[in-house]
Amino acid sequence: MTATTHAHPATHVHYEILRSLRNWRLLSLSLALPLVVFYTVAATNRHVVTDGISFPLFFMTAMAAYGGMWAAITPGGRISVDRSKGWIRQLRITPLRVRTEVVAKVLTAYLMVLPTLALLYLAGASLGVRLDAAQWFEITGLLLLGLAPFVAAGIAFGHLIPADATGIADAGFVVVLALLGGAFGRLFTAGIMLTIVKLLPSYWLVQAGKTVAGSGSWPAEGWIVVVVWTLCLTPLAAFACQRDTATG
Amino acid sequence: MAAQPTQPARAGDLHVMSPAGPARMGIELSRVAKSYGPVRAVCGIDLAVAPGQTVALLGPNGAGKTTTIDMILGLRRPDSGTILVLGASPAEAVRAGRVGGMLQDGSPPDFLKVRELVTLAASYYPHPLGVDDVLRLTGTAALADRWAAKLSGGQAQRVRFAAALVGDPDLLILDEPTAGIDVEGRREFWQALRAIAERGKTIVFATHFLEEADANADRIVLIARGQIVADGPATEIKAKAGSRTIRATLPGAGLAGLRALPGVQSADRHGDAITLSCSDTDAALGALLSSFPGTRDVEVRGASLEEAFLELTGDDNDDRDATGGPPCPGRQESR
Repeated sequence: MTATTHAHPATHVHYEILRSLRNWRLLSLSLALPLVVFYTVAATNRHVVTDGISFPLFFMTAMAAYGGMWAAITPGGRISVDRSKGWIRQLRITPLRVRTEVVAKVLTAYLMVLPTLALLYLAGASLGVRLDAAQWFEITGLLLLGLAPFVAAGIAFGHLIPADATGIADAGFVVVLALLGGAFGRLFTAGIMLTIVKLLPSYWLVQAGKTVAGSGSWPAEGWIVVVVWTLCLTPLAAFACQRDTATG
Repeated sequence: MAAQPTQPARAGDLHVMSPAGPARMGIELSRVAKSYGPVRAVCGIDLAVAPGQTVALLGPNGAGKTTTIDMILGLRRPDSGTILVLGASPAEAVRAGRVGGMLQDGSPPDFLKVRELVTLAASYYPHPLGVDDVLRLTGTAALADRWAAKLSGGQAQRVRFAAALVGDPDLLILDEPTAGIDVEGRREFWQALRAIAERGKTIVFATHFLEEADANADRIVLIARGQIVADGPATEIKAKAGSRTIRATLPGAGLAGLRALPGVQSADRHGDAITLSCSDTDAALGALLSSFPGTRDVEVRGASLEEAFLELTGDDNDDRDATGGPPCPGRQESR
């Protein structure tokens, strides 16, 4: 009944976000690095047209997606650090519910994505990227949806992988998917490899810029890839969390 | 803050009360057993802790203290037996915010300051204490603005203690709260704990230091090999564990006469060798030499408290199973 609803989850969420904002390693990967890379590369290619759109728009989207992947995956991955310090077990002996913890992780991941997007948009605008309000809204929506598999992967890795290896797993997942997805330039323009990379959510994240400049939405193929990845990784995260917090 | 809506919360509290009512609302373990594969960690423990008591679970490493505590906290499920915590199941008691705990080997999470950590812990509970009050009570007020993850061992333990306490739980469970802390840190920790105990909390802590149990608990429950081997007020256990032995060669002496000597608790003989367990070796030795002039080869085993304790817990025997698990022996009668 109501006996279990005393705790105030807002405080937990608030401190989860605060802890992530203080994590300068995360911010350097999710914010500083994409921003620096964007300016370094895009400033000298301002007027280049790539893949049918202006290079700054393409690369703004690609770097927003790349930084967003880091921001989305890291809060979940930090679960393993908390676990290694006994903090996850300590939470088990408070009235805080596991689902509140998970919701807090998801919210934190998404809230960490937002500053990355905002800064990259400002950087893009400063190099001449012009979109109307609806397009900014669309690109943000596509990026947030496309990052869902990364949020789920972070939580799964955080529960499944020991603390000293979670960072490597997160980095491997993000960097490999970002590279293959074309965040640093398209690796494949045709053939079997293109077919394969189109099965990655990172491909569709990077394509979000081109998408909003054109039709405004992913083709069915893109939606299916993002939804299937999310539907596969979410139960994995749920299973990992349940296994990690079960009574022995 | 007079007649504000505390009513629903009270109803919630009633929800976890047992029909037996508040008189029996401590901890009750009955025939609790737990194995990890072939290793039997806890072999049928019966234990009742009354409200307001401070109880030490004392025992060597691997005795089953942590497993017992984890079961009381609902982190592990017993294979058999029942556990009632404050009249409810361990999980219910935890969910109602009536239990606070400090687990073994924990350290504060990173990127939080001490005050923030205690504030966060308070937010999980229905009726927390004031954060500043708890910081003061646990001697951590001066650390309030430090990073919780970057404290010394003793400081970190007091901060974790503050986090366990701030929810104002009826029951506090602490698993080896002073492990790995220097002497000064320990002293400060126990000082803080005693201040809490005086407020009428039920406290159960595990330790493998006899002195800590003696100085800080009303009652000591001695655990060895997954069983309770002694249970009583600190003074009683101390007298039992603190006994020393006199060994000597004394042919033909009657055990009854030896037992009657002042300071002697029990006497034993193997051939011509006698062994006297003494509460007062000085008195016993004097009486022995004057009553039995034929006594030779006298040896007073100046057993330290720790040694006596190890003897009492049976840990000096070298018959541990090579596969790691001590067998669950039949309960041994003390001689």
